[in-house]
Amino acid sequence: MKLDARIPSGQLPDKWSSFRDHVKLLSPANKRKHTIIVVGTGLAGASAAATLAELGFTIKTFCYQDSARRAHSIAAQGGINATKNYPYDGDSVWRLFYDTIKGGDFRGREANTYRLAELSSNIIDQCVAQGVPFARDYAGYLANRSFGGALVSRTFYARGATGQQLLLGAYSALSRQVAAGAVEMHPRSDVQDIVVVDGKARGIIVRDMLTGELSAYAADAVILATGGYANVFYLSTNAKGCNTTATWRAHRRGAGFANPCYMQIHPTCIPQSGDYQSKLTLMSESLRNDGRVWVPRKKGDTRNPNDIPEEERNYYLEEKYPAYGNMVPRDVASRNAKYWCDRGYGVGPSGRGVYLDLKDAIERLGVETIRQRYGNLFDMYERITGENAYEVPMRIYPAPHYTMGGLWVDYHLMSNIPGLFVLGEANFSDHGANRLGASALMQGLADGYFIIPNTIGEYFVNERLQEVSTAAAEFKDAMADVDQRLKKLLAVNGTKTVDHFHRELGRIMWDDVGMSRNAKGLEDAIQRIGQLREQFWSDVRVPGDNNELNQELEKAARVADFLELGELIARDALAREESAGGHFREEHQTEEGEALRDDEHFQHVAVWEFTGEGKEPVRHTEPLVFEAVTPTQRSYK
Amino acid sequence: MSESSSFYSSSVGKKILMAVTGMILFFFVLFHMAGNLQIFIGQVELDRYSRFLHSVPEILWLVRIAVIFSFLVHIIAAVQVWLQSRRARPIKYKVRANLATDVAARTMVWTGPIILLFVIYHLLHLTYGAIYPSLFEEGQVYHNLIASFQLWPIAIVYIIANLGLGFHLYHGLWSLTQTLGWTHPRFDSFRRVAAAVIGIGIAAANIAIPVSVLAGWVS
Amino acid sequence: MKLTLHIWRQNGPNAKGRFVTYTHDKVNEHMSFLEMLDVLNQELIERGEEPVAFEHDCREGVCGMCGFVINGLPHGGRKGTTTCQLHMRHFSDGDELTLEPWRSAAFPVLRDLVVDRSSFDRIIQAGGFISVHTGAPPDASTLLVPKDDAELAMDYAECIGCGACVAACPNGAAMLFMSAKIAHLGMLPQGKIEADRRVRAMAEAMEKEAFGSCTNYTSCEAACPKEISISAIARMNADYRRAFLPGKPVGGGKLEKVKLLPAT
Repeated sequence: MKLDARIPSGQLPDKWSSFRDHVKLLSPANKRKHTIIVVGTGLAGASAAATLAELGFTIKTFCYQDSARRAHSIAAQGGINATKNYPYDGDSVWRLFYDTIKGGDFRGREANTYRLAELSSNIIDQCVAQGVPFARDYAGYLANRSFGGALVSRTFYARGATGQQLLLGAYSALSRQVAAGAVEMHPRSDVQDIVVVDGKARGIIVRDMLTGELSAYAADAVILATGGYANVFYLSTNAKGCNTTATWRAHRRGAGFANPCYMQIHPTCIPQSGDYQSKLTLMSESLRNDGRVWVPRKKGDTRNPNDIPEEERNYYLEEKYPAYGNMVPRDVASRNAKYWCDRGYGVGPSGRGVYLDLKDAIERLGVETIRQRYGNLFDMYERITGENAYEVPMRIYPAPHYTMGGLWVDYHLMSNIPGLFVLGEANFSDHGANRLGASALMQGLADGYFIIPNTIGEYFVNERLQEVSTAAAEFKDAMADVDQRLKKLLAVNGTKTVDHFHRELGRIMWDDVGMSRNAKGLEDAIQRIGQLREQFWSDVRVPGDNNELNQELEKAARVADFLELGELIARDALAREESAGGHFREEHQTEEGEALRDDEHFQHVAVWEFTGEGKEPVRHTEPLVFEAVTPTQRSYK
Repeated sequence: MSESSSFYSSSVGKKILMAVTGMILFFFVLFHMAGNLQIFIGQVELDRYSRFLHSVPEILWLVRIAVIFSFLVHIIAAVQVWLQSRRARPIKYKVRANLATDVAARTMVWTGPIILLFVIYHLLHLTYGAIYPSLFEEGQVYHNLIASFQLWPIAIVYIIANLGLGFHLYHGLWSLTQTLGWTHPRFDSFRRVAAAVIGIGIAAANIAIPVSVLAGWVS
Repeated sequence: MKLTLHIWRQNGPNAKGRFVTYTHDKVNEHMSFLEMLDVLNQELIERGEEPVAFEHDCREGVCGMCGFVINGLPHGGRKGTTTCQLHMRHFSDGDELTLEPWRSAAFPVLRDLVVDRSSFDRIIQAGGFISVHTGAPPDASTLLVPKDDAELAMDYAECIGCGACVAACPNGAAMLFMSAKIAHLGMLPQGKIEADRRVRAMAEAMEKEAFGSCTNYTSCEAACPKEISISAIARMNADYRRAFLPGKPVGGGKLEKVKLLPAT
């Protein structure tokens, strides 16, 4: 597997501008001749499709939802970072870059991360011009807040619905191109496979979710902007439909899967209430700005939290990390919550929860201010739990939220399959081993609006692509594969539902491949996932037919892929004999229980190659070279 | 498509026309009521007022044409949007819940035709004297009112019709502030109250006439 | 908790539908409404029956995918709550619930409780945007927006496109949906520039779909899970009226087609 990151030469701050100065441009007349497929219409996909269409490319866009507006980027609450430094509190491109690379525990690629910080400002300009109603102060200027462990206020927000507003902005730009005839939109389309012809990505196989009909689409390049794979846990903050099928199928066709074990467990989610639970709901991390996290000092304390006196409360984050306190990065906050719950200090019916208490803030700022800042979150909390968080502290617990790992891409965001580009959460690039708050929206939009439009052209200039038709053998074969696989799922006609298997997989992942991992558990998990996969293919029951709207069949095809990916995640976690960011190996920790990196042996990206069904995948590496920063032990004390 | 047909082709445009014509009709109703209330001052005053209205036939007809035109536009647009809305829900809900709507809003489709029928009746009754020709004397407005309202079936028709008018005005007036876009956080909540006061006021004032005659307070 | 459910079952867009009654005795008060249906579906599958198709995705009240009518009320009728966030603690043991899809000619039923809402996308495509190209817009701080305007714009912008307004409206009108976008963009200085064209184009597009007309029932506002105010409709009406004033461009100014080739 050839892994050339194609990072431009020059000083770190100059790399992107020098890339843009020297990149080969495609003549405008030729753009029209190139068809690009974009899979996914979240922030990355919609912004890419809209911008590429504007540039003159012929775009075909696909999403599984009934409308492009529903992609899960819409659920992001807190905000989006940008280095505008409007509050004049010392922010800069360098500082955002450094925070991001350090937050990722020095496991991200320097050049990509710097470029992300550099482009962050443009995103705000673009979104404001689109009509995104960001919060404003009384003079009409844009408001900022501090977010997710940052020492500066660089987060722009639109109430608790920043992701929604940014996505609707990108969706409106996309809609404009659809109306202009520059984008062909295919909603309710489940991408089932990627077609590779002569070693290049040339198309996709799509299942029409209403009729079950399979269609092949050919193009000159394929962009995957299909999000992350946190649903491998069954319970996560992702939408129910979020899946890995497109990325996993691309992986099976030769795309390297990078750092699959880097997953983010978000610290502030509403705890699970029962076995029937179908998903977990995130409470924006912004609550940690004003909330204090604590557990009772006494084990198994079932008193009403308001009756527990101050001295019997353990504000463990403030005690352990005086500098950052409740604002430590997500991975640190999550691990500490697990630490106290594992020892029996957890609260709530399941004992898997800690308090997030805004009482002090309410006293300091008044209920009205708190209502203005977090009213929608408090309402949501009450809808789900039936409790009024103005009166009793919220209960929170970590939940799988985001995956830093993904398909390997180079500086151009192209995978190791030429012509296959991967954007947003679906790629592995910018966040290293842990993502900071308010950075995912930034990455999705930077990739879609500003990076891919500048990099994809050169691919067409360099490669003299032959015409390809969906009548080609590769398309026919891929279509037959998909058809056979779906028929096989329907034919098993076993005794257990798809959800049963998904839940089982989630349990294995959570117990052994979750917030803290060890070699024995991981080896065990690899074995159990393999067994579960076998059971799935021999005992799953998928009702209905292939030629209709069949939600169980859709789920089954996705879970089948998760059952393969889950094993790869465990393998990656086992092979990475260090702790870094969201990947915590119990064997590798400091005396204080913090993640202990091994830069000598693991300062690299692990890229997995698929070698065939039932065969062990091969681990390749891309060394991470730090020219501008020196990796240090993260400390938030 | 010309600008005016483009305006009208949208149900938004039709509603705006309904609001404007509704407003014209409302002012007509208001003046009509004010004039009729002179019955409580006395016969001489009311009959003098009636003669005054007929003194310049050109103006009278101008007003009548404006009212008739508004009436037609109001009705045609109403029928068109009503048909459009019926087509929009071909399958009804099995369980129906009236969410936030009030009786006035739901009965517009009934109070409208009631008013139309009443207007025809009213014209036949007091303009052309065709309902009870024996009681009708051309130009003797006061006499005609008293004579016919002493018959309770006629009084009842007027009372029921004006109740309908009150409902129609209440929802119509409130609606027209919406449709003409008169909205502001500061007076939004006031709009309904104002419409209710005016609707009830006009209906009550109009109804006061037959009731007073029937009760013998005015004779 | 035990419930009796009457659920609309329809195999496909052209199939004839009917209500089927299910008894559900595994309901827990902490379940969400959709989780209650999940449990029912698991049982149906295990019994060899077809599960009830309903749409859902984010299950946190913002994607706008879920929604059906529960006892005549879209999303179940709790203030500011989508079906996915509606919890069973608001129902009682022994309740009888009738579940119907959105009923609108503009939202044809695809299967069971699933409807086709692509008409909403077409309305947005007609003009629900600001025609800015990606590239180098001016610095965000050069465009000042009074806080109150920004807040009001945000109130309107929170629409999730679920269709509850249409489902609730006795006329099956889509005015709240359309006007929320028009009011959101129209509140902002950068959106005012195209206001005339936008309102005309969107109203024209809406007329092509099978929606009804607004008679100010206000059911839409009451059903809206984002509590969007009907003041949006008033603003849209005013915009529409103004777009035809003398001196305005004929046709409201036509949408510029994207240039696929540069002028040479």
